[in-house]
Amino acid sequence: MASFILRRLIQSGIVLLAVAMIAFLMFRFIGDPVSQMVGQETTLAERAELREKLGLNDPVPVQFLRFVGRAATGNFGISYQMGQPVDRLLAERLPATLELSVFAMIIACLIGVPLGVYTGLHPKRWLSRLFLVVSLIGISLPTFFTGIMLILVFGVELGLLSTFGRGETTQIGWWTTGLLSVSGWKSIIMPAFTLGLFQMTFIMRLIRSEMMEVMRTDFIKFARARGISEGKINFGHALRNTLVPVMTIVGMQLGSIIAFGIITESVFQWPGVGLLFLQAISTADIPIMSTYLLLVAVLFVAINLTVDLLYYVIDPRLRADNVARGA
Amino acid sequence: MKKRSVLAALTGLLLCASASMSSAETLRFAAQGDINSLDPYVFDETFTTGFLGNMYEGLIRRDADLKIQPALAESWEMVEPTRWRFKLRQGVKFHDGSPFTADDVLFSAGRVRANGSDLKNRLSNDTKVVKIDDYTVDFITKTPNPIIMYQWGNWYMMSKSWAEKNGDKGPQKGGGESESYSTLHENGTGPFVLKLREPGIRTTMEANKDWWNAAKAESNVTEVVFTPIPNSATRVAALLSGQMDVIMPVPLQDIERLKASGSTQAIIGPELRTIYIVMDQFRDELVYSNVKGKNPLKDRRVREALYRAIDIEALKSKVMRNMATPSALMVAPGIHGSSPDFKRIPFDIQKSKALLAEAGYPDGFEIGLDCSNDRYVNDEAICLAIANMFSKVNIKVKVTAQTKTKFFQKVHAPYLDFSLSMLGSTPPSYDSWGPINSLHECPRLTPQSAVWAEEDRMKVTAGKSNNGGYCNPEVDRLAAEILAETDQEKRDALIRKVWTITTDDIAYLPIHQQWLSWGVRNNVELKQRADDVFDWRYVNIKK
Repeated sequence: MASFILRRLIQSGIVLLAVAMIAFLMFRFIGDPVSQMVGQETTLAERAELREKLGLNDPVPVQFLRFVGRAATGNFGISYQMGQPVDRLLAERLPATLELSVFAMIIACLIGVPLGVYTGLHPKRWLSRLFLVVSLIGISLPTFFTGIMLILVFGVELGLLSTFGRGETTQIGWWTTGLLSVSGWKSIIMPAFTLGLFQMTFIMRLIRSEMMEVMRTDFIKFARARGISEGKINFGHALRNTLVPVMTIVGMQLGSIIAFGIITESVFQWPGVGLLFLQAISTADIPIMSTYLLLVAVLFVAINLTVDLLYYVIDPRLRADNVARGA
Repeated sequence: MKKRSVLAALTGLLLCASASMSSAETLRFAAQGDINSLDPYVFDETFTTGFLGNMYEGLIRRDADLKIQPALAESWEMVEPTRWRFKLRQGVKFHDGSPFTADDVLFSAGRVRANGSDLKNRLSNDTKVVKIDDYTVDFITKTPNPIIMYQWGNWYMMSKSWAEKNGDKGPQKGGGESESYSTLHENGTGPFVLKLREPGIRTTMEANKDWWNAAKAESNVTEVVFTPIPNSATRVAALLSGQMDVIMPVPLQDIERLKASGSTQAIIGPELRTIYIVMDQFRDELVYSNVKGKNPLKDRRVREALYRAIDIEALKSKVMRNMATPSALMVAPGIHGSSPDFKRIPFDIQKSKALLAEAGYPDGFEIGLDCSNDRYVNDEAICLAIANMFSKVNIKVKVTAQTKTKFFQKVHAPYLDFSLSMLGSTPPSYDSWGPINSLHECPRLTPQSAVWAEEDRMKVTAGKSNNGGYCNPEVDRLAAEILAETDQEKRDALIRKVWTITTDDIAYLPIHQQWLSWGVRNNVELKQRADDVFDWRYVNIKK
């Protein structure tokens, strides 16, 4: 177990370096940060001086090594645009993004799992077919479109929910939460639904096909023969056996909605790290972009590791294998 | 324990909410982006300096019609041609309670010219600033400068004692080694005081009860909540849903929708920015063209042919939905020296073709046009429309439209990598001298050197934005005269002379002034400044 984790950590380190390097190679193509930092009257000599001061004239490998060297000591630099330390900017924004992502995933699971079980158990009922058609629509609509439509209906026409932002937030230690105020709840529902919609349909379809598969296996038939109740078979035995692949997907998807909820954050003006990243791209703010990409890589690595460890908990066979190999 | 503190926080919030409902008039507004820094010397850009002008004040200010008004200086006079005397207002206090005196002016004069300041051009390096007494300051210039205060509307006064107390190291651009105290804190003298700053998320200000002009305040706003919302659709939805009172800007296609809603409207008006096409007139061979061995744009007939090929009315009605004022000059109405006497060269395809034939291009030629796609209103659409118009006179245009960070790097010095490009600019002093100096003087170090000589490019000051390399020595001579002329009438005549020469030379192809459009709830009264500055001094919220 310990050697497994160690192995994964070493692999993770290599992944992080690779991500940072690819990011730096891409930054050459995003344009000139200096033109976004000065007014139109600034002289060319001053622009050149600023470019030199920021180290933008150095070759890319030098810039990369400098960034890695500093990042290793916990110094991620000062944002070109906002003049503040990047790690603090990201830390301030991270709670908003995590809250939204987790909330979106909870919505996705709460709706996706029961629907998946239902459609898996009763594939021929008209209700199942309806769920499948609706989910197909949900999976094929682009996020920004769903978001804008929700805003128009529930925000503008009905005036029920907040169209942008996070509402009133409360500070608890270094964490800020919007879940302690009415305006916070009114603000999170639409973006979370938009963000979770794709995962919801995904989970539903996955569980459906897994369920149909499992229901045909021998052990379910034996369970039935033994007279175990339907409910216990469906949820205690069948559903549990579908969970390993679902777990993987949920884990991977959680990573991707944290990292790539950018569109949703932009449509709802959700003050998370994705929005910060989007603004950084438009102004070529290299310190924010590089740190963000590194953060995303760290998140993915951490989530993958957690998912791997969770397999052990859910699937006893994996434990047995490992013990056997270890011995 | 934890539970109780949360409860307390909640109760506090509720109390705040109910308190603000009873007495306060809150102005909630959204714009496209956030200000970068609360330090007023770090970024010379209209939205940033305009926003900070509600908390900070300068010696003078621009009113809603952009006229110069006294602010922290009560009066000023030219005691001799090279000496301006400013009498300061007495009894003014900074937000931290310290009094405003001549020492603060001297400090601000030093800080605005310090390394890292983006507003160095507000005060030239050889201008001496002398304290006569606590409330009198002299500005001694090397040569007479009749318009010294024209650009001071957004040169704000900072407190010397506050800066010293907080270890201020002068204005600091981002990307350095450390952050500066003034990035997140303000200490102005103005009508609004910063309450809470969450960069990129929300900024809250409240009315300054101790403002020197509070008795004559024109606004009933007691609190301002600003939220940057870059996504246009979200910004419009926030206004329509009643969660915003003012949004800026409104996309052209949404203006009708605001009107139709019944509770909101769009306030529109021409902006001071002029949009124009720059032509590479200095290279001997164009970078993006099939004409080899010569530069067709050096030929005035070709430039006139291009000018005449632009169907300006179609551009205005089709691409801009009538939200633009076609321009014959490089300065908008409202800029000192602009005049309606100048007329556009008329749209005339036949004449255009004839001119091209005369210049030796009866079958036209190919050329590249560089544009931004996220900087000016409908910028990419304008370029595509112009390319289409040029094709009617057999000039095949290849449009390269890209994001502003890449576009500006490509077309500005040192690269100047374009043949035609579309840009826009607003003279910061609201006077013609700025655009004459930066867009029309020859971009070279001495009259003998070549225009935009490679080795001098980064050192050019006069003509530094003259990317096309337009060069007429007569204009340079007149520009020098304008700079030193203290008689207003003579000066105006000189400016007129320059505009006559440059429009006659067809130095640029002026297009139009795009219009501003702000979305406003019907119960909000405000004044829209033509430079797109939102001055909260004029906002009234009715019940």
